[in-house]
Amino acid sequence: MNIEYLGLKSVSGSLIVIEGIKDASFEEIVEIKTDEGGSRMGKIIELGGDYAVVQVYEGTRGLSKTNTVTRLTGRPMELGVSKEILGRIFDGAGRPIDGLGKIFAEKYIDVNGKPMNPVSREYPRNYIQTGISSIDGLATLIRGQKLPIFTGNGLPHDELAVQIATQAKIEGANRDNFAIVFCAMGVSGDVADYFRKKFQENGVLERVVMFLNLSSDPVGERIITPRCALTAAEYLAFEHNMHILVILTDMTSYAEALREISSSQNEIPSRKGFPGYLYSDFASIYERAGMLNTGSGSITQIPILTMPNDDITHPIPDLTGYITEGQVVLERNLYQKGIYPPVSVLPSLSRLMKDGIGEGFTREDHPDVANQLFAAYSNVQEVRSLASVIGEDELADTDKKYLEFGRAFEREFISQGRDENRDIDQTIDLAWNLLKILPREELSRIDSKILDKYYPAENTP
Amino acid sequence: MEVKGTIFSINGPVVKVVGSDGFKMYDQVFVGSERLIGEVIGVGDKHTVVQVYENTTGLKPGEEVVSTQRAMSVILAPGIIGGIFDGIERPLKVVEKQSGAFIERGLTVDPVDTTKKWKVEILAKVGDSVSGSMIIAQTPETLQIMHKVMVPPDVSGVIEEIVPNGEYTITDSIAKVKTASGKTVDIKLMQVWPIRIPRPHNGRVNVRRPLMTGQRVIDTLFPLAKGGTAAIPGGFGTGKTMTQHQLAKWSDADIIIYIGCGERGNEMTQVLEEFTSLSDPKTGSSLMDRTALIANTSNMPVAAREASIYTGITLAEYYRDMGYHVAIMADSTSRWAEALREISGRLEEMPAEEGFPAYLSSRLAAFYERAGYVNTLCKKEGSITVIGAVSPQGGDFSEPVTQNTKRFVRSFLALDRLLAYSRHYPAINWLSSYSEYVEELTPWYEENINEKFMGHRTRLIAILQEEANLNEIVKLIGSDVLPDDQKLVLQTARVIREGFLQQNAYHPSDTYVPISKQFLMMDIILYLNEKAREILSRSIPISQIIKTGIFEEIISIKYKVDNENLGKFDEYRALIDKACSDVIANNEVIKR
Ligand SMILES: Nc1ncnc2c1ncn2[C@@H]1O[C@H](COP(=O)(O)OP(=O)(O)OP(=O)(O)O)[C@@H](O)[C@H]1O
Ligand SMILES: [Mg+2]
Repeated sequence: MNIEYLGLKSVSGSLIVIEGIKDASFEEIVEIKTDEGGSRMGKIIELGGDYAVVQVYEGTRGLSKTNTVTRLTGRPMELGVSKEILGRIFDGAGRPIDGLGKIFAEKYIDVNGKPMNPVSREYPRNYIQTGISSIDGLATLIRGQKLPIFTGNGLPHDELAVQIATQAKIEGANRDNFAIVFCAMGVSGDVADYFRKKFQENGVLERVVMFLNLSSDPVGERIITPRCALTAAEYLAFEHNMHILVILTDMTSYAEALREISSSQNEIPSRKGFPGYLYSDFASIYERAGMLNTGSGSITQIPILTMPNDDITHPIPDLTGYITEGQVVLERNLYQKGIYPPVSVLPSLSRLMKDGIGEGFTREDHPDVANQLFAAYSNVQEVRSLASVIGEDELADTDKKYLEFGRAFEREFISQGRDENRDIDQTIDLAWNLLKILPREELSRIDSKILDKYYPAENTP
Repeated sequence: MEVKGTIFSINGPVVKVVGSDGFKMYDQVFVGSERLIGEVIGVGDKHTVVQVYENTTGLKPGEEVVSTQRAMSVILAPGIIGGIFDGIERPLKVVEKQSGAFIERGLTVDPVDTTKKWKVEILAKVGDSVSGSMIIAQTPETLQIMHKVMVPPDVSGVIEEIVPNGEYTITDSIAKVKTASGKTVDIKLMQVWPIRIPRPHNGRVNVRRPLMTGQRVIDTLFPLAKGGTAAIPGGFGTGKTMTQHQLAKWSDADIIIYIGCGERGNEMTQVLEEFTSLSDPKTGSSLMDRTALIANTSNMPVAAREASIYTGITLAEYYRDMGYHVAIMADSTSRWAEALREISGRLEEMPAEEGFPAYLSSRLAAFYERAGYVNTLCKKEGSITVIGAVSPQGGDFSEPVTQNTKRFVRSFLALDRLLAYSRHYPAINWLSSYSEYVEELTPWYEENINEKFMGHRTRLIAILQEEANLNEIVKLIGSDVLPDDQKLVLQTARVIREGFLQQNAYHPSDTYVPISKQFLMMDIILYLNEKAREILSRSIPISQIIKTGIFEEIISIKYKVDNENLGKFDEYRALIDKACSDVIANNEVIKR
């Protein structure tokens, strides 16, 4: 097992080819020793009669054909875990980088994970209060859900992610069984620092596990970073019954790394140069969210991805949307109007919301109110485009009310402070105050009994 | 003689094998020391190419590959209905028992329980001559489904021996048939059939009955036919899965085969939970009593995703052969096509459009071709309706899977992102969707529902079309300046959209609406339209009718009139009459 091989057949991109290899197994990890005595890691991604193609995680810079020594480890990529990982910081391949020394691993787990049996899943039902009205009210986050933030460069997605992570109130979770797994892929050191500082300020740092593959770190390693992070999350959630919130940022850098490696292997690209298996690859990450019916732990994922050119039809947001259970979309226009968080209400959706809100979860009137807000705000868009043609003065009276509602909705409901934590009652009450700007007859999505209770007829202006 | 070779190379799910010429195309094989399940997909002069249905991590060149010398097949037997299987028919509940919450590799499990005893009623006797798919016995598979035990399609002869009524397992021989060539064949409750070969039937019959779904926009505007084909294309989050779930719950097929092909695990969990607790509106028993689920979720191995579609349709054909009407939902066929693309890429085949192999189109055609309304070999009528979801990248319907699918399906339910954004559900676009079955189904609707049905339908579509045209103008100048008769078109269209097309899947009575109520709803909307038009002809402004709130009243019918209480429509008719006569009376006062 410990045979070393001297020399490479070829080096190209992040790939090396080793010849004359014996007893190698598919996808096992290979240790690569460089001329200077450094050590790198790679994975066998193709295996022929006596050759192996190895993808080197740390890149091939400086590797020579003649002097490089390789050694088969006989194992897939593994992460050593124990409860000690809480509060620790690792690099993108799961090695501690906080100077606190090695983890005394209780066990080693294959980072690729195994598919969860649908029969063993527990359908996510319980809502997480994030304290953010646009999310709690309109795209409620559910424990065990994967709900990405679709954003653009320069938008405040990091602030939003921090706010969600620190305000999140998960039923059944307390200081002892709640933790955050933070996974950085190709983001700048500043961003990683920002998260760390904020977690520290909020006093949760010892409940955070960080995996950092920064923009200056090797692209190849980026592919395993989320897998390490999710392995840690699964260990905590399913072996220690903890509630884990996983923040993955930035999935766009991850996908670009995948594209780079795919093209260096001369694979046939699908859209925009991304490999045809991008969907399956994303799924192997996102599908690791969820709950099991055998334990009480949960993994809730908030992947962040910047949409190239703010284009939601770009393959990265598109294929993500096909796998995740809804999405929270941030919008540049709103942000430019000074609205934080700039959540674009109409394309944002939480698919699991319906089973986790309403009587017994949030409030009986929540589903109808949410529906009505969507309907009303979608009408606002139409009225606005009409107003831009014929002028606001020419609008019918009801339409004018809609414009007023639209403005108030954006300023008071969507917009809130970066530390403002609104509970669900505040959020729904606020919604009613805004809906009352509209004539009662306009609120057709709300059951009349609920309407009578919250918007009695005599109130009609 | 054993056929075996050794692994030469491994590239993802594709393994090349050397050392034997004996492998046959589409034969099932066991790969490596863990005996992973695979299928031969290429026989070249140097290598045999195998696609492996499990994760290939850890495989080594030199490990053994053994042929089962049998085409990749499924077991067909009682015990399928009510079950949940992976793409190659491994029962996930048994898998869970063996490997826990996470699926291990190299498991060998029987698709259906071989030890369970079924209460079998024998329907044939010694001396009967039998041929393929003739029914010789039956056993209640679930509360709802009587499983017919058939002679395998390729067997005919005379019954030599047959057991009495009693309890038997699926591997017990219940009869012996002597064939013309003098061979004796054991007949069991169980058959084996290769997934890539359609089961034979006795010829197609024209479709003539709708697949009733209880979904207004489908049954009334774009009907599905028993034995027909349909596609539901739409970008993410537009409602493909919701629509498929609604069809699986409420359609009047006898049996549902639901394939989750490369989609979410939670969705399969949800179906399993919900269907177990929901009861069938017709029979009162659990919906799982007529449903089989195939779950090859997006994180399961990609090759098995490719197979799952064929596994599903083979199960469907088996029940069709018993004379059942089967509906099969595949969510999503795009994931199946992507699996084809991935394997094809690993084989370094020449790609056609967007990397998809050139045979994408013929494979799609062959799949949809397995739908149909047929005379079965046992001289009954049975059907398979195929409803495939399509997930076009970027929601762009011009991509290859949508375009090729469109050639082979006759109902096209186009989901629209803008409708979904404004929470108009189901987000089926009424302008770009179509059903080519309308003509064939017209006699059925007119005989069984109402002779005015299709006339009303045409009227509804005309109003919606007119609305679309008017909207172009409204966008530019606003609706205030339109003449009143055009404003009425907009009002009526709104009633149609909000009161008829929009249907709330979460509302206890709106989630499923019988066709008789659909007709009455359509009827009353058109009645309102007509009465309102009469008022306009008296030069009374439309604003006065709007003020009565009658349009809102009619919109709310979907929530206020129970499916069992259709007499209430008369009250609404009276309400319309009253609103109109009030408006007229008021006007007369004003005039005076
Ligand atoms: N008929 C409906 N009634 C109510 N809500 C609906 C309906 N159809 C869709 N929705 C809403 O839209 C959401 C997304 O629907 P669905 O999961 O069916 O989308 P999809 O087209 O299958 O998306 P994907 O391609 O990502 O799987 C649902 O969670 C639900 O909130
Ligand atoms: Mg779906």
